[in-house]
Amino acid sequence: MAPERGFQGETLLDVRDLKVHFPTPDGVVKAVDGLSFTVHRGETFGIVGESGSGKSVTNLTALGLVNRKAAQIEGEVLFKGRDLLKLTPGELRHVRGKELAMIFQDPFASLHPMYRVGDQLIEAVKVHSNVSKKQAEERVLELLGAVGIPRPRERFRDYPHQFSGGMRQRAMIAMALTHNPDILIADEPTTALDVTVQAQILELIDHVKREFDIGVILITHDLGVIADVSQTVMVMYAGRAMELAPKDELFRKPLHPYTWGLLDSMPRIAQKGTRLLPIEGAPPSLINVPPGCAFHPRCPHRFQPCDRERPAFADRGGGHPEACHLTIEDKRRLWAERDARRLGVAV
Amino acid sequence: MGRYVIRRLLWAALIVFVVTLLTFVIFYVMPPGDPAIRFAGKQPTEATIREVREQLGLDKSLPKQYYTFVERLVTGDAAECPQGVEGCGWPGLWISYDSRTAVRQEIIERGPRTISLALGGAILWLVLGVSIGIISALKRRSLADRLAMGFALFGISAPVFWLGLLALFIFGSEGLGIDAFSTGYVEFSSDPVGWFSHLVLPWSVLALLYAAFYARMTRGNLIDTLGEDYIRTARAKGLPERKVIMKHGLRASLTPVVTMFGMDIALLIGGAVITETVFNLQGLGNFAVNSAASADLPAVVGVTLVLAVAVAVMSLVVDVVYAYLDPRVRYS
Ligand SMILES: Nc1ncnc2c1ncn2[C@@H]1O[C@H](COP(=O)(O)OP(=O)(O)O)[C@@H](O)[C@H]1O
Ligand SMILES: [Mg+2]
Repeated sequence: MAPERGFQGETLLDVRDLKVHFPTPDGVVKAVDGLSFTVHRGETFGIVGESGSGKSVTNLTALGLVNRKAAQIEGEVLFKGRDLLKLTPGELRHVRGKELAMIFQDPFASLHPMYRVGDQLIEAVKVHSNVSKKQAEERVLELLGAVGIPRPRERFRDYPHQFSGGMRQRAMIAMALTHNPDILIADEPTTALDVTVQAQILELIDHVKREFDIGVILITHDLGVIADVSQTVMVMYAGRAMELAPKDELFRKPLHPYTWGLLDSMPRIAQKGTRLLPIEGAPPSLINVPPGCAFHPRCPHRFQPCDRERPAFADRGGGHPEACHLTIEDKRRLWAERDARRLGVAV
Repeated sequence: MGRYVIRRLLWAALIVFVVTLLTFVIFYVMPPGDPAIRFAGKQPTEATIREVREQLGLDKSLPKQYYTFVERLVTGDAAECPQGVEGCGWPGLWISYDSRTAVRQEIIERGPRTISLALGGAILWLVLGVSIGIISALKRRSLADRLAMGFALFGISAPVFWLGLLALFIFGSEGLGIDAFSTGYVEFSSDPVGWFSHLVLPWSVLALLYAAFYARMTRGNLIDTLGEDYIRTARAKGLPERKVIMKHGLRASLTPVVTMFGMDIALLIGGAVITETVFNLQGLGNFAVNSAASADLPAVVGVTLVLAVAVAVMSLVVDVVYAYLDPRVRYS
């Protein structure tokens, strides 16, 4: 593998060749199929891909929230050197919510509707630390303040339905931060929120990353979401990594046709007056992943080996790893043409 | 919560009011023909009719008559009447045409039997049904689950009279001959142990029937609930699985069970007819069916009211418990 040029900092999570396959009556769902990446302290690691590309499963597997009986899991998920996949469910439970925390897409559904928000947070405090109810409450109030919930002492006694979507997501973030985790996994944390609230939540995540000095995994199907806050981006397709690069490099010099497609279909990057070009076709069924490169049926640049040979995920001279058979020269030329066309400049 | 309870209480009172009013209108106002003429005997004179009319209070306004009706429901009316005087209890419960006993007395006597049967059976089936449901949901597709659901299917399909007679046969004189389990009802106040032992079989038969249903419902609800996002959150916090299920899962999956439970009890108070008959308990169910079959109007009126009040009270209880379990209800 090419030497990692990426983010400097303590390696917190090192995923190696992860495979998560679900045997179902219709066939084996290859939700994650050979995925490798690392996440460092201080880094926001963005994972981007269309819905159904295995982003959630990847992270739920790391947390042990994928039913091990229902899935065939291979590879390694090294968290601060320990392989989480080798831990017993009991051991993993002590990692979850303590060293490795996760928030989810739908803050309306993520909190229990029948318990007070404060009590749900107290529960999170007490599960991993032996403190009195009073101490737990103090900690919760402190956390609610830290994530920007006004008048925490009053809101503490509210039920989730009395919170707005943004407030609920803040409460979820507070819950995740309870035990000063090393990594916060945010799975589409803004997808269900209004645009204005989205920006606030992203800002908050960025803020707590610095404040708590943690690593963040930010999952999204929208490149725009990670454009501002992440340092590294991995593009996923059909359970595989297509491209992994420092954010600026990914936006300026993307090497994979799928990434090009994502960029073209992104409203916030495409400039005024340019056309949005959605990627043609639909993501493949993960039961029948196309042979060779999983993206080839939708790829405008496919050629000879694409439907037969699965391209290795490697640095082909472009400066960061990607999985596309095109030569680096072709990639540069094609992207330059595409970029120019996109911006409406005659080539 | 306090305001919510008061609101529901007023609501229940309103329901009881409407039910008594409807009963009054249907049974005492709507039937065509002048009741005074009906009750005045053959070829009555004007004077007799006027006398009867006065006696029945038919000369008074309808609201006044309704008031009398409600008053008599509370204080009783049969005692004021000489035995066998037609129409004396008008408008009231008066006496059953069949048994010639005061309907109110009959209800007061039979009520505790039916309530004992219904509540005891209900507690048993709730505990049994919910536990089986939980085990089944957690051990989905295991042998225990299949056995439990097989039991549920059996319980749901087995007719009560068949189960009852089977139980009597097994424990009765032709089988094990356990006297304590024999049929009939024993007053709790005179012999608590006898009360209990005589109710064990009917409770069990009733519980078997309903537990099956509750087990399936609990299982289904719990399985659905365990797929909810907030359960994933509970797990992501690092809660032990036991707590995830018993605290977060069960709380949400039991709310529909509560509703069902309240209504089942209310309806049973209206009559667990077959169980009461098989075990010779002489409760309200028998009374209701017999009186309906023989058009025993006063008895029918009495049973109707009891059932209506039971439904009103149980829905009040259900609403309050539901609101306790689910705060969203309290605030809407
Ligand atoms: N328990 C499971 N059994 C079978 N298939 C599953 C299971 N969990 C997820 N999948 C499948 O895995 C694929 C990837 O899902 P997911 O990781 O949620 O996608 P993303 O988060 O990228 O939208 C989907 O096709 C989904 O249907
Ligand atoms: Mg997802």
